[in-house]
Amino acid sequence: MAEMWLNMGPQHPFTHGLWNLRVKLDGETIVDADPIVGYLHRGWEKLAENRMYPQIIPMADRLCYGASMSWEHLYCNTIENMMELEVPDRAKYIRTIVLEAQRIGSHLMWLAALGTDLGSYTIFLYSVRERELFLDLMQNLCGARMTYNYCRIGGVRNDVPANFERDFDRVLTHFLNRMNDLESLMDRSSVFRLRMEDTGVISGEQARNLGVTGPNLRGSGVEYDVRKDDPYEVYGDLDFRTCFEKEGDSFARYRVRMDEMRESCNIIRQAIKRMPKGPYRLKPPRNAPKGKTGWAHVEDPRGEGFMYVIGNGDDHPYRLKVRSPIFVTVSAAPVMLIGYKIADVPAIMGSVDMCLGETDR
Amino acid sequence: MDLRLAPHAVAMSAREFVAWSSDMMEQLMQASGGKKAVDKITAPIWSWALRNANYPLHFGIACCALEMAAASGSRFDAERLGMIFRSSPRQTDVLLVNGWVTAKLRPDLRRLYEQMAEPRWVVAMGECAISGGPWYDSYNTVQGVDTFIPVDIYIPGCPPRPEAMIDGFMKLHKKINKEMKGTFLEG
Amino acid sequence: MGKLAQREGLGPGGKTGEVIAQTLVEKFPQDVKITKATQNRVFATVNKPAWLNVAAFMKDALDFDHVTAVSGVDWLEEKKMWVVYHITSYANRVTAELIVELPRDQLEIDSISNLWGGANWHERETYDMYGIVFLGHPRMERILTPDGTDYFPYRKDFVGGRRV
Repeated sequence: MAEMWLNMGPQHPFTHGLWNLRVKLDGETIVDADPIVGYLHRGWEKLAENRMYPQIIPMADRLCYGASMSWEHLYCNTIENMMELEVPDRAKYIRTIVLEAQRIGSHLMWLAALGTDLGSYTIFLYSVRERELFLDLMQNLCGARMTYNYCRIGGVRNDVPANFERDFDRVLTHFLNRMNDLESLMDRSSVFRLRMEDTGVISGEQARNLGVTGPNLRGSGVEYDVRKDDPYEVYGDLDFRTCFEKEGDSFARYRVRMDEMRESCNIIRQAIKRMPKGPYRLKPPRNAPKGKTGWAHVEDPRGEGFMYVIGNGDDHPYRLKVRSPIFVTVSAAPVMLIGYKIADVPAIMGSVDMCLGETDR
Repeated sequence: MDLRLAPHAVAMSAREFVAWSSDMMEQLMQASGGKKAVDKITAPIWSWALRNANYPLHFGIACCALEMAAASGSRFDAERLGMIFRSSPRQTDVLLVNGWVTAKLRPDLRRLYEQMAEPRWVVAMGECAISGGPWYDSYNTVQGVDTFIPVDIYIPGCPPRPEAMIDGFMKLHKKINKEMKGTFLEG
Repeated sequence: MGKLAQREGLGPGGKTGEVIAQTLVEKFPQDVKITKATQNRVFATVNKPAWLNVAAFMKDALDFDHVTAVSGVDWLEEKKMWVVYHITSYANRVTAELIVELPRDQLEIDSISNLWGGANWHERETYDMYGIVFLGHPRMERILTPDGTDYFPYRKDFVGGRRV
């Protein structure tokens, strides 16, 4: 059989963002894969050295635009760790609630993209419809649908609006009902299961060594979640379980994310009940000492996000390093692709939940 | 073909004949007012058809692509305006550029633009496509997509709400209405 | 943090940050200097010639199984660069920050991609942005900037700005 290299991208309806997946095909079977990234590289870390600390927050939003609140919060957490600030409790609870709402929104966007890849426009429409409700909640809170600019170094920008608990309660109840519909649309569809089960298998050993984190790692049977094992904000006080599955195929990764959405609703409800009164923000110092370092890692919806900062003595950072979970997962894509057919590529890469903004920075 | 350049010609090649005869027809149609009459009938019909079936390209670059996706969801529903997203550039009318363009992407985007068949329009969505956006001092981003592609509509916002994107497309409809290319869509 | 329960897919763990720091210093007394060690963090600096041995020891004996990040830092006036490694052990729940200093005129260091595959693209990116060559890396090429770029963008003597 003749072998050939095929370019899937950069313009391809299935690519979640701009990258080029070159696959070497032997007939229809994939023999080798070579992801090419860099179509969205803007030198984010270099630009950050030209900005003051608060000016980087809207830039951090646009790192991974599917989960902007998570990256803003990671950045603020990093700077707070460097400056050794302790954020007020109310801000911690608000941040936790907003982060979990963002996790649900991000997973719904993933589900929408997965639906489009598999050719099921219904999944796309249902997920986008549910996601609009969460975006409405965010809009009531901070005025924006997508790139929020809400977290601040030392807390959050404003307090929660009136009817915050009522709105969240309504949306979560409605969403959990709709989740049953959504899940049954996919779990009980034999076509969906045929396409997703036993494709893109990556074992727990390989995933750990290759640096895959997040739901992709938990889909392969490794029970590691930064929220539980290295808690930040108030996750240490809340009661939730780590969702994981054992098979390591695309269906397992899909199940992990669906379970995580339900757990997020659980976390939000607990946090709303326990939220204390008090200040929501404190004023951070303007400058950071030269050579002072700090880092933070969080459980981004896509994996383990991490930032490392070195201060400069004034109000600009000297070095701000971003670790993107999907950057490493894309490098592990060949392991998930080799041996399967080319028609499986959208299902496999769709189950990985990629966002190229954070990969290329 | 200008016959004054070859006043003593007695024969033409096939290609020269085709060029000469189509020139003659065009001049005849224009001089007699026939083109104007046909244009008056066909131009509104063509522009009605063009603007109500604006097929954009399935090309999401960055954050604005998520708002483009939300615009095709059920709340904002771009499809009721005729915007069905197509995967191949040869089947599309509108190139919706929705994100920052880097040096690596620029030749590919230019090639996509050239692969689209006329009549075609380009809509620059979001600050990054208009002028580089927040990445104004980056060494790898192009400061505005109109430096290498002619742009018809600019939709400001970072990101523009789906309603703003649909409003931009409404303005594209008005532009198509005003342009009103008739007969064989040239000129 | 409570008792470390046995978790699915992971080894027994049980070594805290202080224990790990102590083990490292005992095994590599000349080459590893511990800056700080708490229950779940270790901060250390490592000498360049011993780096590969330290990394292999951490992988085999101390259960470090995930490279979180490899960053480069350019100290222009002091004519040196750092390569900062953050390596996590899932079973022990410890993240170690290891800094290796390189002189600016000889930017080479051993690659750890053969130990941990997750470091592969991180090292490529550090090469792309700083010019630090990782010896033994299977594919030392540019990854984010376009092919044919002749500068290293994140170095401090590269002035950013409109170029395209």
